[in-house]
Amino acid sequence: MAIKPKIKAEKLNLFYGDHHALHDIQLNIETNTIAALIGPSGCGKSTFLRTLNRMNDLIDNVRITGDVLVDGHNIYGGDSDVVSLRKRVGMVFQRPNPFPMSVYDNIAYGPRIHGTKKKAKLDEIVEHSLTQAALWDEVKDRLHKSALGLSGGQQQRLCIARLLAVEPDVLLMDEPTSALDPISTLKVEELTQTLKQQYTIIIVTHNMQQAARISDITSFFLNGYLVETDKTDKIFTNPNDQRTEDYITGRFG
Amino acid sequence: MNSRVTDKLATVYFWVSGIAIIALLAAFLIRILGDGIPHLSWHFLFGRPEEIVAGGGVGPQLFNSFYILFLSLLISVPIGVGAGVYLAVYAQKSKFTDLVRISVEVLSSVPSIVFGLFGFLLFANLLGLKFSILGGAATLSLLNLPVLVRVTEEAIRTVPESYWEASLALGSTKWQAIRKVLIPAALPTLITGITLVAGRALGESAILIYTAGLSVSRFFPDFNPLKMGETLSVHLWYIQAESLVPDAKNIAQGSAALLLIVVLVFNLLVGIPSRILQKRLTGGK
Repeated sequence: MAIKPKIKAEKLNLFYGDHHALHDIQLNIETNTIAALIGPSGCGKSTFLRTLNRMNDLIDNVRITGDVLVDGHNIYGGDSDVVSLRKRVGMVFQRPNPFPMSVYDNIAYGPRIHGTKKKAKLDEIVEHSLTQAALWDEVKDRLHKSALGLSGGQQQRLCIARLLAVEPDVLLMDEPTSALDPISTLKVEELTQTLKQQYTIIIVTHNMQQAARISDITSFFLNGYLVETDKTDKIFTNPNDQRTEDYITGRFG
Repeated sequence: MNSRVTDKLATVYFWVSGIAIIALLAAFLIRILGDGIPHLSWHFLFGRPEEIVAGGGVGPQLFNSFYILFLSLLISVPIGVGAGVYLAVYAQKSKFTDLVRISVEVLSSVPSIVFGLFGFLLFANLLGLKFSILGGAATLSLLNLPVLVRVTEEAIRTVPESYWEASLALGSTKWQAIRKVLIPAALPTLITGITLVAGRALGESAILIYTAGLSVSRFFPDFNPLKMGETLSVHLWYIQAESLVPDAKNIAQGSAALLLIVVLVFNLLVGIPSRILQKRLTGGK
């Protein structure tokens, strides 16, 4: 395997105070793949996801050991800049969280804080990002109305568009469809398939059918341990570990 | 007594309490405005006060009220909002921040006359500002500061955490998230808080008796902040308590009505543009 992984976690441990939440996580994720993280609630999959763009920094009392390499660069190294990291490794949250601004200003928010001022350029980014997120046709007539007036599914695609506008390499998605109805869920899932051409996507999901439908590789987490990672087909048909088998066949979790 | 009767009684009780509040306010407004409005005239509003003879106005006092208010907000809003943002965003839970919070609570319950005496000793004497508009404004800021800190902290805390996360996850700095997301989202609450503080400041007298003095400049309007600056509410006290003019009662009644109207108009004037601003920032809803 000569290809360098896009993301590489090396002996990653995370503690909330005294609680040891992640144990020696070891994971490689290639460029232009979709990796699904599955496991029961509290298994550490969301916590792991949030280590990849250092969102855990916002929580008091979190201690991390080990390395996370993005493009070979250790994001927990002393010279690492969290602001530029988050620009490259963006995140979509469980609940759609558009800003209380117009649709246009939501999308333009990222480019603006990163220094794009020209109206023409911003217009272009807004249209492009919304088109990429399959939302343009639904909102093009109400760009300057509040984003809070959109439906939940539209809001979530807006959040994806807002993220695409800053041109990241990696998209982290933390149960992005758990608050959405089935049709909106389907739209977001379809979206991941097109975005995969350009981005590396890591998605946490409680929905195993979703993981099976959209991902290339799947990692199964349990009690803070990464039990196994393999091709999604393999995990769902013939996993190596008995615990994985028990989980996907619904014996617990 | 069965529960239906109790329920009826309770309903009546709550209605009566509500009506009592309205009646109290109505009686108060009718009395103050009824007595005062007949004395209001252009001459009263913009004329200069008299010391001995009847027919004085309150022009300089009205001007000083707003000038002192403006200066005090100029001092207290940046500091108060800054400290409030610090407590809401940066401060981790620790003994130190708890202490800061308790200090703010205690400070906001200190009687204003005590602040007045403190301001008199610090600004008027020690810093040599004497009785002046600047000394009054600075002391007034001390009174407002704790309230502003609390109002800001609470306003920022009501902004959903998810906005903050969303902004940082897009690679914004903390400052960008504060300036572009948190403060705009908190703005309506913030402005309501500042308006309340300002209303209180407009009516404050105890502090200003000690620090801004009981007299006004010979010139009108006089923007020199080192001149004495009696305000309308101080004038209201002074005219009834100390003044020699024969129409003191009329002037007091007029001043009281004017003060009420001014506070009311001020609140409306601040409230309306803030709502428009909010709408523009959020793209309406």
